[in-house]
Amino acid sequence: MNEVLGIALPAWALSFWQANSWLAEALAVATWETIYMVLISTLGSYIFGLPIGIILVATEPGHILENKKVNQILGSIVNVTRSIPFIIFLILLIPFTRWVVGTYIGTIASIVPLTLAAIPFVARLVESSLKEIQWGLIEAALSMGANAWQVICKVLVPEALPSICLGVAITAINLVGYSAMAGIVGGGGLGTLAYYQGYQRYNSLVMWSTVVVLIILVQGMQMLGDILSARVAKKRR
Amino acid sequence: MIEIRNLTKVYHAGEQDILALDDVSMAVEKGEIFGIIGLSGAGKSTLVRCVNMLEKPTRGSIIVDGQEITALDEKDLRTARQKIGMIFQHFNLLSSRTVFDNIMFPLEIAGVPVDQARKRVQSLLEVVGLTDKAEVYPSQLSGGQKQRVGIARALANEPSLLLSDEATSALDPQTTRSILRLLKEINRNMNITILLITHDMGVIKEICDRVAVIDNAKLVEIGDVMDVFSSPQTPTSRSFVGAIFNREIPEELLHRSKANNGQDIARLVRVSFIGASAGEPIISSMVRQYDIQANILYGNIDRVKDTPFGNLALELIGSPAMIDSGLAYLNDRGLEIEVLRDE
Repeated sequence: MNEVLGIALPAWALSFWQANSWLAEALAVATWETIYMVLISTLGSYIFGLPIGIILVATEPGHILENKKVNQILGSIVNVTRSIPFIIFLILLIPFTRWVVGTYIGTIASIVPLTLAAIPFVARLVESSLKEIQWGLIEAALSMGANAWQVICKVLVPEALPSICLGVAITAINLVGYSAMAGIVGGGGLGTLAYYQGYQRYNSLVMWSTVVVLIILVQGMQMLGDILSARVAKKRR
Repeated sequence: MIEIRNLTKVYHAGEQDILALDDVSMAVEKGEIFGIIGLSGAGKSTLVRCVNMLEKPTRGSIIVDGQEITALDEKDLRTARQKIGMIFQHFNLLSSRTVFDNIMFPLEIAGVPVDQARKRVQSLLEVVGLTDKAEVYPSQLSGGQKQRVGIARALANEPSLLLSDEATSALDPQTTRSILRLLKEINRNMNITILLITHDMGVIKEICDRVAVIDNAKLVEIGDVMDVFSSPQTPTSRSFVGAIFNREIPEELLHRSKANNGQDIARLVRVSFIGASAGEPIISSMVRQYDIQANILYGNIDRVKDTPFGNLALELIGSPAMIDSGLAYLNDRGLEIEVLRDE
């Protein structure tokens, strides 16, 4: 048998493949784990981050739900959590993660700190997207008798949607990086593979393979975000 | 329709207080087109925003259609706002919605049943002449078309009052005229009172019945457009009127040395005429009736709303007594006389 997946290979390539065929399998599993972690935690961080971002904007002075206290408290929580380096955040959260998932090791367990770390980031991204909207649009809605909820659902979010879509891509790409850090403390995914098999065993092939896969992954996510945003915006042009 | 009493608005900008409106009182009658004119920063934008409470007055009260709008709670205010349409300088259309859905927007807010709302949008599209653009997004429209959508949207909930915040200031002169014509039609056909603000006296001239002049947070002049145009009382009003009707007599004409023969004098006068008298040959009958020579130095005629309105600089040459009786003759026929130079 001198072919792999139906492709005939020269002898040197074949022996290389036989020595490293475990790597293809390991890469596939790790990539899937990373995608899985990133997708779920992106979703989770938006479920919480989007409303927080909206509240941050709406409670600003002069805005539709002006509330200095809420704005300041929420703003400082977001700032504090954003200023903790993720690797430390990860360790600080271990008891919480264990309480939620039952363990702090593995892909599922990593989703908890990833999500929590991304929430304040998402909140700020959403906030800046919403701030791009001209006040005139909000004023027009108010002049028609819209309440705050209607302004949010019918003006703020739909008008900022192309920008919010780009934010999703940025968040997911950030989470790819974070997930690699989570991998170092046993989070699974490409991070675990690169660290344990590549770094600790001095296997540069593993190291570089994961780097290549990560590059492809990040490129793909950015492209997806760009396409999504362009499609939403294009309809309006 | 609108009664504004002692309206004062103070903005707090850091340590400084900025007085945007200083004790403004005025009333807008039902069915009229009322214009507020002022330079930018004069406070007119604040004034119009106080009428639907987009700006909260610091002091004073506003009554719209018998309802004290400044005393309403949030919920009642939202209901009241549905009956006050507003259009804006930059149109403020939602880019995420088609023309049709933009006009649908206020009906959604008011909770109008969808079938009924769709019919209403359809008929509004006809009113503003954009039936063929229903499914287009605002970015594909010209400025004039965008403002038409804005107008249709403002009319969706059948308001009794339409507020216009510099609605034609971002448009070219031709488009401005067509938008003003549309507003006039709406005012007549739907019996909607219009309160508009502008810095362009041309807009006032074109469609307003009455005008208020705001300068430096204060209401300095209010009256029928014709009166303000023919005899502006304040420097601000004069400069606004001057911006579209050249009232200035060229300097060299004023100081021209005139041919004098003996006891005759030359008197330079400005004659303003309004309405019907603009169509009559009054000057020539004066010249015929009295022994005066009239030298027309300068003149213009224009139209304020639908009334002819004109201005003539005449040099009258003759004996002082004849000139006096000639001017009295003009005065009797309703012309306004202003002596610019007497020698």
